[in-house]
Amino acid sequence: MSKKPKAGAALSNKAVDALYGIAEEIYEELDGGQIPKMKIPLRTKANIRFDSKHAVWKYGSLMGVRSAKKLKGALMLLRTMHVLEFIRDMIRDSKSSTLREMYYISEGWDIAKFHAQEESNLLAEDLEVITQLLREDFKLRPEESGASVIGNLTLEEITRNGDRKRINCRDDVGDAGYTIPYNVEKEKVKLIESDAKFILAIETGGMFDRLVENGFDEDAKCILVHLKGQPSRSTRRLLKRLNEELKINVATFTDGDPWSFRIHASVAYGAIKTAHISEYLATPTAEFVGITASDILNYELPTDALTPRDIGALNAEMTDPRFNDEFWRTEIQAMLQLNKKAEQQALAKYGLDYVTDTYLPEKLGPLGLM
Amino acid sequence: MPAISIAEELAKKQREISVSEFFERNKQILGYDSATKALLTAVKEGVDNSLDAAADADILPDIFVEVRKVEKDEFLVVVEDNGPGIVKKEVANVFGRLLYGSRFFSRAQRRGQQGLGISGAVMYGQITTGKPTKIRSKVAEQDVAYEIELILDTKKNRPNVVEEDFVVWERAHGTRVEIPLKGRYIAGKQSVPEYLKATAIVNPHARITYRPPEGDDITFERATEDLPPKTKEIPPHPHGIELGTLMAMMKETKSYKLAAFLEEEFVRVSSRVAKEICETAGLDPDTKPKSIVLEQAKALHDAMQSAKLMSPPTDCLSPIGERLIKRGLKNVLGSLRPEFYAPPLTRDPAVYSGNPFQVEIGIVYGGDLPPDQPVEVLRFANRVPLLYQAGGCALTQSVGNVDWRRYGLEQRGGQGLPFGPAIILVHVCSTKVPYTSEAKEAVATADEIMTELGLALKEGGRRLKTHLTKKEHRAKTKEKFEIVQLILPRIAEKSAKIVNKKIPTLDATITKIMGVVWIDEQIAYDKKLKRHSVTINIHNFTSAGKKLNLHLLLPRGMEAKSMDPKPAEARDDGKITWELKRIDSVTKASISFVLDGLDEAEYDESDVYVSGINPGLVIGAEPLPGDWELNYAEFEGEEGAVPEAAEEEGEIDYDETEESLEDE
Repeated sequence: MSKKPKAGAALSNKAVDALYGIAEEIYEELDGGQIPKMKIPLRTKANIRFDSKHAVWKYGSLMGVRSAKKLKGALMLLRTMHVLEFIRDMIRDSKSSTLREMYYISEGWDIAKFHAQEESNLLAEDLEVITQLLREDFKLRPEESGASVIGNLTLEEITRNGDRKRINCRDDVGDAGYTIPYNVEKEKVKLIESDAKFILAIETGGMFDRLVENGFDEDAKCILVHLKGQPSRSTRRLLKRLNEELKINVATFTDGDPWSFRIHASVAYGAIKTAHISEYLATPTAEFVGITASDILNYELPTDALTPRDIGALNAEMTDPRFNDEFWRTEIQAMLQLNKKAEQQALAKYGLDYVTDTYLPEKLGPLGLM
Repeated sequence: MPAISIAEELAKKQREISVSEFFERNKQILGYDSATKALLTAVKEGVDNSLDAAADADILPDIFVEVRKVEKDEFLVVVEDNGPGIVKKEVANVFGRLLYGSRFFSRAQRRGQQGLGISGAVMYGQITTGKPTKIRSKVAEQDVAYEIELILDTKKNRPNVVEEDFVVWERAHGTRVEIPLKGRYIAGKQSVPEYLKATAIVNPHARITYRPPEGDDITFERATEDLPPKTKEIPPHPHGIELGTLMAMMKETKSYKLAAFLEEEFVRVSSRVAKEICETAGLDPDTKPKSIVLEQAKALHDAMQSAKLMSPPTDCLSPIGERLIKRGLKNVLGSLRPEFYAPPLTRDPAVYSGNPFQVEIGIVYGGDLPPDQPVEVLRFANRVPLLYQAGGCALTQSVGNVDWRRYGLEQRGGQGLPFGPAIILVHVCSTKVPYTSEAKEAVATADEIMTELGLALKEGGRRLKTHLTKKEHRAKTKEKFEIVQLILPRIAEKSAKIVNKKIPTLDATITKIMGVVWIDEQIAYDKKLKRHSVTINIHNFTSAGKKLNLHLLLPRGMEAKSMDPKPAEARDDGKITWELKRIDSVTKASISFVLDGLDEAEYDESDVYVSGINPGLVIGAEPLPGDWELNYAEFEGEEGAVPEAAEEEGEIDYDETEESLEDE
């Protein structure tokens, strides 16, 4: 990402210094007879603010406290100490690990061990938020299943051997496409050229395959990206770079349910979880061409009833500042009223070509993309 | 007494009408109104007989019950005991004659009261299957057992012996009865195993083995080797005796003088009291009882009611007792792993209508008991489980009359059966339990009994509440305990290592997080020595030194030995007091002692109280009752407990706000 390591040693020192600072604060509090605590910006929807400079959502000024007064807080502080030590040792030994490896390493931390990988991931993010560094600076890398790209895009990737390999994402790949690596920064992936008019970011594998089979990338002159559900940081970062550097527009094509709306939000507005780095990950100009409540009515799509969890998620979105515009308010309310959701593959009701011949042209046309 | 007249009535009728008609008309009273109930009633009559016989002969009962399937709806009910046996000439009468026996005028507490019991079962079996009942009995004096098959001659109320023989039996003494009958076998609430389980709870001195129609034997082992104390017959008590009964007694009496009649035929009436009663009634103590007319009898009756008298003697009653209720419950319900057995409660005997009675309750809480169901009420009368007519029974109603919300159970509107993971045992014993009907399925709501039940249940509720409060306090503090004992030292160690400084002292931080005196205990049990070793730790997690008095209340009959340190006072009633010297901030003091000769289950939690310290600072022990009024000036200047919501102004707990992160 933009804070890419230039001089390895210098940045590592920065990371070590930051981690030392955290441990020192805790130490001083204990030594002074105080209850140790850490202040962290609240990572909740109540604490995201629109950053007009980058047109994305970032954390606001609300702070939460992680204190040893509570069992959970005390445990997290202890884990933080373990993680600090672990990272410090990795930097010293020029090693790195995946987040999953760190989760397993914690098995040896006795009561401080993580009970789910989600816990260790969140703590790694906490450290990013506090130090304003990135997990890569801490020698932690994700274990993200790489999303796929198909379309006339040429890029250069540095291989394991350090060679540059030029890849065309249409001609040099199989049906599964080009797999996005976890590091998509310039030093790893160089964007060369593309004649695509837009990027279609697709939620499900079934729909991605359908569009590939129908040759939609060539017919519509676009790049197809399979998001694989909630997209990973590297997928979002690549979309952002394609948009910024090659000036290609992005459109997200998802199912019609509350979780899919959140996928679009994290692509276009910034995810709550990673709001501290939204300016690197979000593509504010991305358009939504996924299934809406209006589509369910207009296209008479086959549906499923909303589950209680779906309804809860929709209601939560009503108070999510990222969805606070007329389009989303109307669609979310309409979906709650309908009490129905639909998958993008429901369009197959009208035949396998309907999505490429009718639905997408009808959606993308008004946006000037087709 | 109505029980007698109805029973006699039944017997008379029984001579005049056919047996099948007799059963048809009276099957409800006899407990044979449905096929399921008939099977249970037969088992019940057999087991009641066995328990009574063993009690008569001072034998620890060992009872075997089998329900064997013969045909689709025909079963063989077998009940075998190690009782004294029945002499040969009585066997046929006991099993083959209705209303045989002489318990009607007894004022000792018995299970059976009508004499219809086992012969009723024999008769039911005979009507439904046409087959005779087989009885085998052996008395200790005989080398062989007497075995007989008999049929009731219902015209003459006489047994007809079908076959008889002497057989070799390995038992030293005992009785075995095999009754063939039509019935239906069920599992669940009103089933044979449930009945036997309940019976085992209130008869911890009995060993009961059950062989069901299918599946393995179930054995309820005995929980004590001690026989329940013997009961004896007593004359009626003057309080509440019915006028009619009083007049009948005066007609029958052999006394020539009224005062003598009162003194001799009633319990707790001295010659002085007898004279006082006569005086109050305006009658000459020398009046001949037979000459008393209705008006005078009424005055006498009133005078008897208002006389100040001692309660009737209690040795005619056979309560189970607090220790044995707990043992019985633990023995049978142990597999449910309840977290708490409220100390059971046996009330002092009281009197209704001249009959002494006593109520007992026990409460079992938590463990695997279902938390969202109405509590289970185990009802007993004279140690006999009551399985039917729960709604109309005084024992159920008395539970519903208590406002359990005050004692930590859920209850809609503060009445009716409470909800929660609890079992409530209610036992009434009396020389004459007032049943709602001849079927003896439910206890009537006599005022005196309801009052006693209410008092007992409320006290049990208070004991439950004390436990729940303690548990709640402990849970809250336990978390903090874990923080300061386990987590904080490691945070200190790790942070010191990272910043490369020496590990800081944590005392000040610890007292800021805890701010309490925490009392806990460890109990170890040595099976070989039958010894409980108890250690009570007093941790001072406040910022200043503390001294306090610790009081231990031992249950009756237990004695603490090897006490370290020596207590300041050890009283005969089980209260032991230690005056603890100053315990410095972030240090602990310990008290240890041993208890010898108890079963492991008999001691699982110490009853500890504190005094001489602000009780708000103490977790794990209640303030000594009566200590609340203590001079609070004594504690002035002492810090109070750390307020629960020690959150600083506007501080948000970061770790309680992760809601939206997981969904993305």
